[in-house]
Amino acid sequence: MIRVENLTKRYGDSPPVVDDLSMEVAAGEICAVVGTSGSGKTTLLRMINRLVEPSAGRVLIAGENTRGLRGHELRRRIGYVIQGHGLFPHWSVAQNIGTVPRLLGWKPAEIKARVDELLGLFGMEPAAFRDRRPAELSGGQQQRVGVARALAARPDLLLMDEPFGALDPVIRGRAQDELAAVQARLGTTIMLVTHDMEEAVRLGHRIAVMDGGRLLQCASPAEMMARPATPFVEALVGGAERPFRLLSLERVEAAVEAGEADGPPIDAEASLRDALSACLWSGRDALPVEREGRRIGRVTLAALRHRAAPGGAGRAA
Amino acid sequence: MRLLGAAWRIALLLGLGVFLARPDLFAPIFAPLTRFDAPAIYDGTSLLSLTLNHLALTFAATLAASALALGLAVLVTRPAGAEFLPFSRALANAGQTFPPVAVLALTVPLLGFGAAPTFLALFLYGLLPVFENALAGLSGVSPGVSEAARGSGMTGLQRLRLVELPLAAPVILAGIRLSAIVSLGTATVGSTVAAKTLGEVVIAGLLSGNTAFVLQGGLIVAALAILINDAFLWVEGRLRARLAS
Ligand SMILES: Nc1ncnc2c1ncn2[C@@H]1O[C@H](COP(=O)(O)OP(=O)(O)O)[C@@H](O)[C@H]1O
Ligand SMILES: [Mg+2]
Repeated sequence: MIRVENLTKRYGDSPPVVDDLSMEVAAGEICAVVGTSGSGKTTLLRMINRLVEPSAGRVLIAGENTRGLRGHELRRRIGYVIQGHGLFPHWSVAQNIGTVPRLLGWKPAEIKARVDELLGLFGMEPAAFRDRRPAELSGGQQQRVGVARALAARPDLLLMDEPFGALDPVIRGRAQDELAAVQARLGTTIMLVTHDMEEAVRLGHRIAVMDGGRLLQCASPAEMMARPATPFVEALVGGAERPFRLLSLERVEAAVEAGEADGPPIDAEASLRDALSACLWSGRDALPVEREGRRIGRVTLAALRHRAAPGGAGRAA
Repeated sequence: MRLLGAAWRIALLLGLGVFLARPDLFAPIFAPLTRFDAPAIYDGTSLLSLTLNHLALTFAATLAASALALGLAVLVTRPAGAEFLPFSRALANAGQTFPPVAVLALTVPLLGFGAAPTFLALFLYGLLPVFENALAGLSGVSPGVSEAARGSGMTGLQRLRLVELPLAAPVILAGIRLSAIVSLGTATVGSTVAAKTLGEVVIAGLLSGNTAFVLQGGLIVAALAILINDAFLWVEGRLRARLAS
């Protein structure tokens, strides 16, 4: 879907801010770009929609070189969400969401239908929210309107720069789940910049780690944790947290085995991390597993321990 | 409280209207201020026509100054025009520092007597407040909002028209208000070079030692200033409310 080739950005004589970076994101995937602050993540994103012109290299979207388009026309085809949402304070929620469709010359009736559809998708009752100003929304609602605005013209690609950075932890978690659900439903390709590894693991089908303008590794979360390319990546994917992050990537059904166990059951859709937590808290060595109310087997502490170690399961991908 | 404020403004407007239409009705009030049986109400030119002339001159000068100052502020807040900032600022500052009386003295030999030199003096004097306010308003748009406007695919002109100008409007309007009020007062000086403004009444009063004339001219200008200022404030308030709620 999107291919970045030898992309470089240089300001003056200082070392490049983004340095000969190449990567690819497949259609329908979420790629989480992580790295310490100043590592060039924002610059990478802004070169993709040409808010910043690259010094060298090129970007292909669906095989088409983005240089061939005029900047503002390119940007109408790519969704863009920034930290602190950047909603237009003088426009209603509906006008904000309808920004790009209006620029593209959609008919008013089409825009209205699309606005209502998106508000519904993000769990906001259209009649109650359409006419409000951004100042009349909570932080979480503003953030959702920001994402809805970016999705309004049905872009195939969505760029998000620390979209949840301004939210408190509880709201952030909910916003992340919601984004994952919306993305799964629409199949939008997403490049999401974050400095929060937890968020990257939670949302990214793949994670790209940047440091000093260079791409250190781009891989699935499981592979990155199992085989970090450099000590920096290893430190970033988090020494002590690693086993728990590995477990949080998989559902209970992946580790289910035949057999009996006592006590309250756990749902097959829950994460292995939840299963470990339940084992430790209730002092059991195994939990019964249910799917839609039916017993399908058990998950054991031994299996969890095995999967919490690198190379523990069939997750070479 | 607001009702009281509105009531006293309406009274002021009505009072001014009646005074300009039938100044003779007010002669008994001003009579005690005259000496040696001098007329109580200025009758060299009708007060109404002087007032209308005064307003027209102020309006034209403010409009022209606002157009140029706003244009300059828009120019210097574009990346391509940023280099004109020092020049524009110097121009606006010079217009403000140079006393209107001196402008009149210097331009009469070129433009002759009357409205033209007065217009020029008011125009130059009115540039700075609009320029500085427009600059503050346009560059005060939050970086997140500008970034979102660019990121949504607005062209430079669309950003200006749809986002920057509407957001800066109350601050720009405040600049135009300052410029208009200052022009209104300063226009009286134009009468020294024979422009038909309310300054004529004041000067006639000074020359003939007739305090009633001085007071009439001053009161009319003051009433106009209050009413115009209030009208601007009202519009600014509406704009601000639209942005805030
Ligand atoms: N317009 C610019 N001019 C000069 N340096 C810049 C500019 N924009 C960004 N940089 C520098 O590029 C580096 C990377 O910035 P950025 O891409 O914002 O990093 P990140 O988003 O990972 O925090 C920083 O050191 C920053 O100072
Ligand atoms: Mg950044």
